[in-house]
Amino acid sequence: MNKEWPIWEIFIRSKNGLEHRHAGSLHAADAEMAIQNARDVYTRRQEGVSVWVVESKYVTASNPEKSGELFEPAKDKVYRHPTFYNLPDELKHM
Amino acid sequence: MENNTRDLEAEFQARIDRGENIEAKDWMPEKYRKTHIRQISQHAHSEVVGMLPEGNWISRAPSLRRKVALLAKVQDEAGHGLYLYSAAETLGISRDELVEQLLDGTAKYSSIFNYPTLTWADMGAVGWLVDGAAIINQVMLTKTSYGPYARAMVRICKEESFHQRQGYEIMLALCNGSEAQKRMAQDALNRFWWPSLMMFGPRDEDSPNTEQSMKWKIKKKTNDELRQQFVDQTVPQADILGLIIPDPDLKWNDDKGGYDFGEIDWDEFWDVVKGNGPCNQKRLDDRNAAWDNGKWVREAAIAHAEKQASRRVSKSA
Repeated sequence: MNKEWPIWEIFIRSKNGLEHRHAGSLHAADAEMAIQNARDVYTRRQEGVSVWVVESKYVTASNPEKSGELFEPAKDKVYRHPTFYNLPDELKHM
Repeated sequence: MENNTRDLEAEFQARIDRGENIEAKDWMPEKYRKTHIRQISQHAHSEVVGMLPEGNWISRAPSLRRKVALLAKVQDEAGHGLYLYSAAETLGISRDELVEQLLDGTAKYSSIFNYPTLTWADMGAVGWLVDGAAIINQVMLTKTSYGPYARAMVRICKEESFHQRQGYEIMLALCNGSEAQKRMAQDALNRFWWPSLMMFGPRDEDSPNTEQSMKWKIKKKTNDELRQQFVDQTVPQADILGLIIPDPDLKWNDDKGGYDFGEIDWDEFWDVVKGNGPCNQKRLDDRNAAWDNGKWVREAAIAHAEKQASRRVSKSA
């Protein structure tokens, strides 16, 4: 029998008040072991106070070849940024 | 079709030239993928095999302070191996394939770990010189073009600087100790100096991959440039210890603003690469034994996970 342990994506919250962020991935037989391993691999220097683990096969990623149609429409919408609007210099608190 | 590939390659090179990172799912030339699998996995194997010469001294460390530091360093190396294996796996090779390549000898790892660690001073020399040389290479690689590799390197570099400092502190303690201790430190430097210089690889003119690697921004400096940087930064560190670098040709060159140094024994270099170093066989035997002896654990963990999963299914049914 030669079965590889599945791959898990690891998300770490570095401290309360901050979001979980992707730290990397690792192999583990199940979720419990993934959390144990994540503790050893990604938080040896107090990098985290909370861990999420998700088996990689459940992550759906956008296709880089489609990134144009997905993300470029935002490119020409400068009016979504505050600096687009011309206001007098003497105006304060805005 | 062929035109299409050529267009893709041109666009790929343009992205590299603009300084963009390449990510796992992006199109890349097959050779870029293969080169990275080879390089990242060699790097991962080096971290893993690198645990062996130091693991050798954990139980014999001279104090608790030294012992916890060495243990933490070896643990870091296990972690670094794992970051790197993960980065290699993003390129479409499985962990088991990578491990197999190490165990059957088809994959290489850094030759430095095929030298024995004979005395406690070797723990100092390894941290100071071997980690010092590795850091120079790894700092460069934090800017490498492949995103997952670069990110692994950033994490590794952050952790690695303690490795070198703990090694230097060992050397410092020995050099400030008795005559015998200082002799032991000098002996370790004598044995590790040249193999450390070899860590940067063959001379530029004998390194056929360098040109392509520079073009793809896998490397940003050549082997000889990195080696020079290592010598220039290490010589003053040896002076502080009061140790003598075992190279009669070593001298400051004002014109180039760096040290001239003697010729590496390239026959020895190639001999160790080919598997004939003092510890090549031992390292591979140890890795194979660890893999074989851990087989039942890997299988039991899978069996346990499957049983738990099937219980959850039957409970929810």
